[in-house]
Amino acid sequence: MIGVVLRRVASAMPVLLIVSLITFSLMRLIPGDPAAAIAGLAATPQMIAQIRADLGLDEPFLVQMASWYGNLLQGSLGRSILLGKPVVDATFERLPVTLGLSAYAMVLTLLIGLLSGIIAALRQNTMIDQIAMAFAMIGISLPSFFLGLLMIILFAVHLGWLPSGGYVPFWSDPWGWFRAMTMPAVSLAMLQAGLLARITRSTMLEVLRQDYIRTARAKGLPPRRVIFRHALANALIPITTVIGIIISLMISGSVVTEALFSLPGIGQLLTQAVLGRDYPMVQGGLLLVTALLVMVNILVDVAYALLDPRVRYE
Amino acid sequence: MSEIALAAVAEPADDLAEDVPEKRVHPAVATFKRLFHHRLFITGLVLFGVIAIAAALAPWITTANPNRLAMRSKFLPPGEDWIFGTDSFGRSLWARTLYGAQLSMMIGGSVVLINAIFGTLVGAVAGYFRAADNALMRVNDALMAFPAILLAIAVTAVLGPSTMNVIIALGIVYVPRTARIVRASVIVLREMEYVQAAVAAGAGHWRILRRHILPNAMAPMIVQLSFLFAYAVLSEATLSFLGVGAVPPTPTWGGMMAEGRDFMRDAPWIIAIPGVALMITVMGLNMLGDGLRDVLDPRLRIQQ
Repeated sequence: MIGVVLRRVASAMPVLLIVSLITFSLMRLIPGDPAAAIAGLAATPQMIAQIRADLGLDEPFLVQMASWYGNLLQGSLGRSILLGKPVVDATFERLPVTLGLSAYAMVLTLLIGLLSGIIAALRQNTMIDQIAMAFAMIGISLPSFFLGLLMIILFAVHLGWLPSGGYVPFWSDPWGWFRAMTMPAVSLAMLQAGLLARITRSTMLEVLRQDYIRTARAKGLPPRRVIFRHALANALIPITTVIGIIISLMISGSVVTEALFSLPGIGQLLTQAVLGRDYPMVQGGLLLVTALLVMVNILVDVAYALLDPRVRYE
Repeated sequence: MSEIALAAVAEPADDLAEDVPEKRVHPAVATFKRLFHHRLFITGLVLFGVIAIAAALAPWITTANPNRLAMRSKFLPPGEDWIFGTDSFGRSLWARTLYGAQLSMMIGGSVVLINAIFGTLVGAVAGYFRAADNALMRVNDALMAFPAILLAIAVTAVLGPSTMNVIIALGIVYVPRTARIVRASVIVLREMEYVQAAVAAGAGHWRILRRHILPNAMAPMIVQLSFLFAYAVLSEATLSFLGVGAVPPTPTWGGMMAEGRDFMRDAPWIIAIPGVALMITVMGLNMLGDGLRDVLDPRLRIQQ
């Protein structure tokens, strides 16, 4: 087991190295003078020179790279230009919003996706199956921000049941958090729930065709036991591997969800950094979020190895 | 009882024996036949086709300029004079939706083309040449580790917002995903006996790749590309909704929906019309992809 963890961490190292190289190169790929691009159109030459010196852009390329990695090893990703504080602090301040939203959406995704996928598989080719799969198709095709806008029009503007946006910290007002996060979480969960329902259904169908299911039925086990102990337990194992993809999709989706519902999370932080040409923030935030995702994927793989002994003894 | 059953079986079997040699068709024809009997595929083709044709014929369907401002006719609901109504600047939403379709198709098509070329190239080289595999796939993994939209936003931030740069950004985001799928099929095909036979016959690497491996790796790729078209259209709309896509006043569905946000109480059609158009396009492509997958490659279940 420890071998699996070590191997997985070792294989993530080159990925993280290349990820950090790509994010480092990003700012250097700005056409023309990055300092002038950051300073904007109204900047004086002195301001541009100041920015260039602050960001170390006047140093030779290799020196810049060395100091980028030197800072990285000390846990520093530079300072945000717009916010005037370290990128790491700015990111971790906003993280709870995005994590809360993603966790809520994840619960919805698993509930809707797994349940409808399992039911559709057990009732293959019936009306129930077709309705579930039609909803899954709508889920993967309906743009989350369109669904969000429709919900705002209905539940916030016309019915007035839920706030149309804004964030309430969970610890100060759990009910307010729940009300504020419900529409964002639903619109964020749709795509992943649809994907998960489709994958669960086809995995379940595959498992139900296996010989051991027939054996279990033949030896007279009650259907409930066959479904839960034999089919579901084996179908869920390959499904865990898509959890990593689902989390990545969720972080992607939260960018637009946060913008739509004015939630001060990571997505909004980075979008505003992009629009404000706050390149250190874009770079550092992107690297941090991606590194977190890589770690999540390691955890998913370890969980997979825990659940499936075949992976462990490979 | 069993005699009747046997008779019932025996009769068509006789017919079959005579018919089979005559009905033998080219595999490509058989595939097309199966596709055109696939309900989901046909539905998808119709949905996507309507949008694609509307986009292609935009200059002929509407004479209105999508960017012409008419302050006196703003916020008109859909009706006789203005089929889809007008937006906050009095621009025709019919014209803007049609030209928005054109842009979506153009960007989606370009991203698909970029993926077909570079995704195949990278995937084939990584899958076939073991020496190149490790290095190429590590870069691939790194690019796939970024959340898709965040990487696309960062790339457009670096290159500047424009239609061309959106295409480049989405290309960078999605080529690694396509390359992965191509590589997976190439690795399997590389070990096939007919490939060994080709090696034994003295065929060169490129000839083997081109003639023996890639044609057989096409099926999963075509399926992937139709889903990719859907992702690309959706991502482009997301980028323009966030304000980092094509520059206003270029008509984009995402941009139109972002502009409609401030007026959603009184003029919800400004959001609804491009939203529905976007949904029809994406759903049509997803159905097309499902149909293609069922017919071309039943084993490929999990997309992405």
